[in-house]
Amino acid sequence: MQSNALNISINDVTKTYGDFYALKDVSLEVKSGEFLTLLGPSGSGKTTLLMVLAGFTRPDYGSVKFGNEEVVTKPPHLRDIGMVFQNYALFPHMNVEQNIGYPQKLRGKSKSEVKESVAEALSIVKLDGLGHRGVAELSGGQKQRVALARAIVFKPQILLMDEPLSALDKKLREEMQIELRQLHDSLTMTTVYVTHDQKEALTMSDRIAVINDGELKQLGSPNEIYTNPNNAFIADFIGESSLLPAKVISNKTYLGASEIMISHPSKDDGDYLLVIRPEKLFLANGKEKDTNLFSGIVEGSIFQGESQLLVIKLDPGSFGEQSLRMRLPNGSNIGQKVPISGEKISVGLRKSDSFLVE
Amino acid sequence: MSFLNRNVSETQIRLKDRLWLYIFSILVLFLLIVPSLVVIPMSFSGSQYLEFPPKSFSLRWYEAYFFSSSDNGMGFNDWMGATWTSIKVAVLTIFVATPIGTMAAYGLSNSSARVRGILFPIMISPMAVPIILVAIGLFYFFVQFKMVNSITGLVLGHSLVAMPLVLIIVLSALRNYDMNQEKVARSLGASRLRAFFEITLPQIKFSIISACLISFLTSFDEVIISLFVSGGDNSTITRAMFLALRDQIDPTIAAISTVLIIISSGLLLLTQLFGDKKD
Ligand SMILES: Nc1ncnc2c1ncn2[C@@H]1O[C@H](COP(=O)(O)OP(=O)(O)OP(=O)(O)O)[C@@H](O)[C@H]1O
Ligand SMILES: [Mg+2]
Repeated sequence: MQSNALNISINDVTKTYGDFYALKDVSLEVKSGEFLTLLGPSGSGKTTLLMVLAGFTRPDYGSVKFGNEEVVTKPPHLRDIGMVFQNYALFPHMNVEQNIGYPQKLRGKSKSEVKESVAEALSIVKLDGLGHRGVAELSGGQKQRVALARAIVFKPQILLMDEPLSALDKKLREEMQIELRQLHDSLTMTTVYVTHDQKEALTMSDRIAVINDGELKQLGSPNEIYTNPNNAFIADFIGESSLLPAKVISNKTYLGASEIMISHPSKDDGDYLLVIRPEKLFLANGKEKDTNLFSGIVEGSIFQGESQLLVIKLDPGSFGEQSLRMRLPNGSNIGQKVPISGEKISVGLRKSDSFLVE
Repeated sequence: MSFLNRNVSETQIRLKDRLWLYIFSILVLFLLIVPSLVVIPMSFSGSQYLEFPPKSFSLRWYEAYFFSSSDNGMGFNDWMGATWTSIKVAVLTIFVATPIGTMAAYGLSNSSARVRGILFPIMISPMAVPIILVAIGLFYFFVQFKMVNSITGLVLGHSLVAMPLVLIIVLSALRNYDMNQEKVARSLGASRLRAFFEITLPQIKFSIISACLISFLTSFDEVIISLFVSGGDNSTITRAMFLALRDQIDPTIAAISTVLIIISSGLLLLTQLFGDKKD
């Protein structure tokens, strides 16, 4: 992933609207050549941060550096970044070729240079031969590709994308996720990508920056964020999870009346949440080592294609009034029978998969 | 009369059920147009006076218009001179009102709802105030700057009333325009000014053309401000007609009116054509 694309340093960036904090002391280092995703729910400040990078929003204070150059006061058109907007914003009075050639024209390139770079960009996004189409004659997916080609035709070192796939249907979106990632890998670019779709973020990113209420909540690789969320918001937002209230009393962790084992060193006394990923649970036979066992009754058993979702009501006497979700992959458990509603069940969760968040 | 049973709407209303509506509408349109059209036959009259219907026909009043002499003793230049003044002022009004109105519309559509709510009423206030007040105000204002009876004063006065119309036309075009496109252009390397001229302007050009035509018409048809701030060799045609009507009923007026109707409705038709085009 080492490349000579520009890195981005964001330092203490704060943006307020009235007394509302859209961004609060955000500091973030985007490495050279990295694919970094800003992930957060609607209204969390992702677009605001991207607009600060693009130069359309001036932060109240803080610094943004591309490489070693401070750019906070630099106007957008001098920043030399590629940008893809959510609604594509193609220019309807220009055809595909003119749209893609526009940044090159702005850079004073000769006709033949423009033509050459447009042809190259078209082939990168797999739209060869569509150069003469009008913008209105394109499908949603094709528009998206044109917008992308237009943003990379001048070989920017930094590419910013704001939910570029959200208008596409699920299948196309999943194809494009992989294509976008391949594109990033084949060009020398530092990419900052915005999405509120956690699965998309997990699929595409080198690292994910989770943002909520204008604050950076966690920064890490998809694996780190998924397996080690550092608070309940992230545990809940990323992937599926059941969050069960737990207590720590003098280095021991209790769920209801039962003591459980956790993967990390014990926390200070107080109230926490136990994070349980549905796919980490397994049907237990009582012989496993280093495993927390939960007994209960199957409340619902739902076929969902590739997996079977079980909702389990835990034994109130030992664990208190709560239920958890479990996912059994279909097909890999041949010979095992699928638990049905009303059945008594005992499920296990390895100690290494059990952790608490605040 | 089987055609009376033809359906004229999706809900299967027959022509004969709707006939009264069509007749009524035609009547209303007729009443709207006729008063202006009466002057047309009158302008071809051979008589000394304005009369309707004309008893004899001639082109003498057109002759009087097109070949008028300048010593008519009525306090304005000749008819043709006044016509040229009007055209000159109207064209100059386009060049003052359209850019200012367009810039105002651009500014408003890029500002917050609160700012827009305050500025918009102020900007269109020349439309809301009775025009005679505007005219009196302009007169005293221009006296200070020795601009009464000057083309500059007239153009400024007319631009004042044309600008709100330009503002409204361009603002409604910008409402249907996605400002994100300008953002994209700027991110791709265009300065804001360049983004406006290369991306925004081409997409609202038909509205701008409409705005130009409306500016022209507003100035060309305007009487009251002209009465106050124009005079002598810089009289507009509308002012000249007004003065002529006051002193004597001269059928030349009918000939001039006919020409003005043709010019105005021609431009209006053009405006419609451009207005219908999707920006
Ligand atoms: N110009 C503005 N004036 C006032 N508040 C604003 C402005 N722009 C953004 N905000 C507020 O800042 C917060 C963050 O907005 P932002 O657009 O960055 O959210 P987002 O994370 O991109 O959300 P989404 O996923 O819905 O696009 C929101 O609460 C929004 O209402
Ligand atoms: Mg957003």
